Amino acid sequence: MTTTIRPTKKKGLHRRDFFRVSALAGGGMLIATYIPELEGKLSGLSGRARADFMPNAFIKITPEGVITIVSKNPEIGQGIKTHLPMIIADELDVDWKDVHIEQADFNPEAYGSQGAGGSTATPINWTPLRQAGAVGRAMMITAAAQTWSVPEPECTTGHGAVMHASSNRRMTYGQLANKAATLTGPAANTVKLKDPKDYHIIGTRVPGVDNHKIVTGQPLFGIDFTMPGMLCAVIEKCAVFGGKVVSANLDEIKREPGVKHAFVIEPGPVARDGLLSSVAILADTWWQANSARKKLKVQWDEGPMVTHSSAGYEAKSVELSQQPAQRNLRKDGDFEAALAGASNKVEAAYFYPFLSHAPLEPQNTTALFKDGKVELWSATQQPNGGRGLVTRTLGIENSDVTIHIMRAGGGFGRRLTNDYMVEAAAIAKMVPGTPVKLIWTREDDIQHDFYRPAGWHYFSGGVDAAGKVVAWRDHFVSFGEGNGFSNSASIGATEFPARFIRNYMLDASVMPSDVPMGAMRAPGSNGIAFAVQGYIDELAHAAGKDPVQFRRDLLSQWQADPPAPAAEGGRGGRGGGRGGGPQFDAARMRGVLDLAAEKANWGKTTLPQGTGMGVAFHFSHRGHFAEVVQATVTKAGTVTVDKVWMAGDIGSQIVNLSHAENQAQGGVIEGVSHALGQEITIDKGRVVQTNFNNYPLLRMRQSFPVETHFLKTDNDPTGLGEPMLPPVIPALCNAIHAATGKRVRTLPLSKNDLKWG
Amino acid sequence: MAVTFNLNGKSTTVDVAADTPLLWILRDTLNYKGTKFGCGVGQCGACTVHVNGAAIRSCQRLASTLDGVDVKTVEGLSTDGTHALQQAWEELDVPQCGYCQAGQLMSAAALLERNANPTDRDIDNAMNGNICRCATYIRIRAGIKRAAEIKRGTVTPSNPGGRPEDTSDGSPRRLLEPSR
Ligand code: FES
Ligand code: FES
Repeated sequence: MTTTIRPTKKKGLHRRDFFRVSALAGGGMLIATYIPELEGKLSGLSGRARADFMPNAFIKITPEGVITIVSKNPEIGQGIKTHLPMIIADELDVDWKDVHIEQADFNPEAYGSQGAGGSTATPINWTPLRQAGAVGRAMMITAAAQTWSVPEPECTTGHGAVMHASSNRRMTYGQLANKAATLTGPAANTVKLKDPKDYHIIGTRVPGVDNHKIVTGQPLFGIDFTMPGMLCAVIEKCAVFGGKVVSANLDEIKREPGVKHAFVIEPGPVARDGLLSSVAILADTWWQANSARKKLKVQWDEGPMVTHSSAGYEAKSVELSQQPAQRNLRKDGDFEAALAGASNKVEAAYFYPFLSHAPLEPQNTTALFKDGKVELWSATQQPNGGRGLVTRTLGIENSDVTIHIMRAGGGFGRRLTNDYMVEAAAIAKMVPGTPVKLIWTREDDIQHDFYRPAGWHYFSGGVDAAGKVVAWRDHFVSFGEGNGFSNSASIGATEFPARFIRNYMLDASVMPSDVPMGAMRAPGSNGIAFAVQGYIDELAHAAGKDPVQFRRDLLSQWQADPPAPAAEGGRGGRGGGRGGGPQFDAARMRGVLDLAAEKANWGKTTLPQGTGMGVAFHFSHRGHFAEVVQATVTKAGTVTVDKVWMAGDIGSQIVNLSHAENQAQGGVIEGVSHALGQEITIDKGRVVQTNFNNYPLLRMRQSFPVETHFLKTDNDPTGLGEPMLPPVIPALCNAIHAATGKRVRTLPLSKNDLKWG
Repeated sequence: MAVTFNLNGKSTTVDVAADTPLLWILRDTLNYKGTKFGCGVGQCGACTVHVNGAAIRSCQRLASTLDGVDVKTVEGLSTDGTHALQQAWEELDVPQCGYCQAGQLMSAAALLERNANPTDRDIDNAMNGNICRCATYIRIRAGIKRAAEIKRGTVTPSNPGGRPEDTSDGSPRRLLEPSR
C-alpha cells in the first residue's frame, strides 16, 4: 500500500459549530451541534427560548449508560447510517458495540441539512461531527474531574468511561451523565480533536447497523411500511411525457374486486417533478389495485412530445455538430492554427445514451392526510425537496408535513426527485383519514424516471511530432434551451483536459426536449469521462505512446491557473462540486494513476490475443480516481471484464473501510453495467424499455474482481458515493481497443460490432 | 379461493383471488415483508423463496398452485440470524442498500442445500437470476463460500459486532480474491 503525504492542506468544508447541552427529562445529557448555515438564524433568535435553537445531530447518554446517536441523513445503501455515527462515537470515546443508532425523521430545524446526494455527507459532516463527539468527551472529563477534585489533564477516557490513573478511579459516562448535564460545554472550535492515530472506530471495518434486520427479513424499507386500515394504490400516467387524461373507464374499475376508489388526478403546479395528469386506483391490497389497472382504459391527449425520438435527437445532434456551435464555453490559445500545425490529427464523435436509475426497490410512499396535515413514510434522498413539492401541490404549510425517512432500496440519484412522494400525498388528500401506500411497478419506474441525459461529443485535435497534444476541441451537443442545459446535461469549463492544453476549445450546442432528466450517480461525469478519456486514448494511439505515459505527460505538460468558476447549467456537483472543496489537482491525479498502473502491473504483463488492458482517470465529487480494466473479447465479439484495479484519493482518512470497499467495488461494477447493455431509447415521445428483460443490469455471471486501493493524502476526507464510477467505462473501452483494435465511441457496447480475427 | 400451505413450517390458509402471486400473499395478506418486490416479471430475484425446497420467484407463483406446498421465506431461514448464510452476510458486511439480499440469501440457501462446496461456476449459475443493483456481487460470492465453510464446520464465524479490526495504512483489506 502506497501512502503519499502531500504538504498542502486543503481546507474543505470546515465549519464553526455551536453546541448546546441540556438535561434530558429523566436525567442524562443531550448534546446538539449547531451548524453555521444556521448562524444568521441563531443571532436573529437572540433572546428567544433555547428551544428554538437548531441542532443538527444528537448524542444521548442516560444514567443507565445507554448511548444513542441519531443518524440524520437518508440511508440509501451508501452506509451513512453507520458512517456518521462512527465519527461521533470515536471522538466521544465510546465502544461501538455500546452505541445505539436511531434514524432521524425529517426535521431540518433540529438537524440541519438532511440529504443523500453529491457525495457530500463526509465533507460536510467530518469536522462538525468529530467536534460533537469531542465536546461530549470533554464534558465527561470535566464532570469527573469536578467529582473527584482532580485536575482535568490528569483524566483520560476509554470505553465510555473517565479514568484517573494515579488514584485508580473510574466512572462510566452513564454514571457521569447527570453531572455532565449541568455543565456548560466548550465551544466546538476550541475542543481538542483526536490525533488520527488514536482512532479506534474511524478507519476500521464496521458492518452496517441494519445488517441483522436485512438478513432476517424484518420490515425496514419504505415499501415495507404498513398501518391499520391502509389502502394500496397504483397510478397510471401517460406513456408519452406530458400527456394528459381525457377520460377513463373509472366506473368499471370501481367494480373490480377489492377496489375502493378510482379517480383522475389533475396536474400539479410544479413543473419539473410535480404531479402529472394521471389515474389512481386504491384497493385493499396492491395486487387487487394492480389487477384492476390492467382493465383500465384511458383516453390520453398525448401532447407535443409524441414527435420526439432518440433517432430524431441523433439526427439533430449531427446537424448541430456541422453548424457553428451555439456558444463557446472556453477558449485557450488558437485551436485552428495549432490543429493546422499538428502532425497527427484525430476526429471522433462519441455518444452515450439516456439511462434509467432503476433502484431495486420500486418507488413508493405511504401517506395519511388528516385535518389538513399530511404524514409521509418515504424513502427519499431529499426530504426537503419533497416537503416543498408537497406543500406547494397540496396548498399546505411546512408545519403541516411530517416526513419519516425510510431506508431506501437504492438511490443513485433517482430519489432526489420526489414525484412519487407528491403522488402519494395527492392521492391521500382525496381520501382524508385513510392511509394509502402507493407502489409503482418496475415498468412505471423505468418509463417515468428522470433520466441520465444522453450526450454527444464531437472531438477534433492533434498531437505534434513529439507526441504532445497541441490542439483540442470538444463540441458538446446536449439538451437544453438558450444558454441553459437540461438537468445534469451540462459540462463545466474546467472539465479536464481544460487547463492542460494550450490550444483548447470547449463549445456547446443544445436541443430542447421534455424527456425528464436528472442526476444519476456521478452526474455529468458518468458520460463525459467515457468520451474524454476515450478520445485521449485515441490521441495516445496517434502519438504512438503508451496510454499511461501519455496521460502522465498530459498532466505535466502545461497548467493554466484555475479560472473563476464558469457558468454551469443544471445541477450535478461535478468538479469542485457544491460547497467548495478541492479542485482537479494534477499531482493527486498523477498519484492515483501511478498507483493503479503499479497494482495492475501495467505494461509488464503479456496478455493473450483478445485480452487487453485499458486505463482512464477522472475527477469528480472532490475525488481523484484512476482505474485499469483488463478485458477479454471473444472472436465473436463478446466482452468479459477479467479484473479492475481502482486507485482513489479521497483525502487523509477512510471512515469505514468495509463500506468504502463495498461502495467502491459496487460503483465500479455499476459503471461496467452501464457500458455493457443499458440504454433507454425514446420513440414517439415515450420510453421503449419496460423492465429488466430489456434494460439489463449486470448479473453475477458477469461480475469480476475489483481491487480497491486508496491513496492517503494530506487533504480533508471527501465522499465516496460517486467518483469511482466514471473512469471504469472508458478504461473498459480502452481495454477493448487494446484487445481488438476496435474503438468504442458509442455506448452501450451491445451496439458495437466487436468481432475480430 | 382458499389455499392452505405450510409457511416456514406453519400451516397457513389464505383466501385470495386465484391469480394472486405468492409474493403479494406473503407481503400484503400475511404481512411477511422480508420477501421483496423488484420487477414482478421473474427477472430480478428479489422475491425468491423456497417452494418444496427449490428457489423460485414468488412473483410468478400463483395462489392456485400453492395448495399443500412447503414455502420457506427469509424469515424462515432461522429465527435469530443463525443460518450460516446470515452469519456470513453479517460477518462480511455484504449488503449495501440491502433490498436484494433476502432473495440472494434464499437462492444461496437452496444452492448450499444441494452443494456443500460450490465453485465459482456453481455460484454463477445459481445466483444469476438475482440482480443486485448496488452490485455487491463480490461479497455475495465471498459470503456463499464463507457460509459453506461455516456449514461444513471448518471455521467458526467471527463476531461481527466485536471490536473492529485495526488497520493502519488506509487500505481496505480485501475480503477475498475471487477467481473466475
Ligand atoms: S419481483 Fe419476482 S423476480 Fe423480480
Ligand atoms: S444491496 Fe442494493 S440491490 Fe443488492
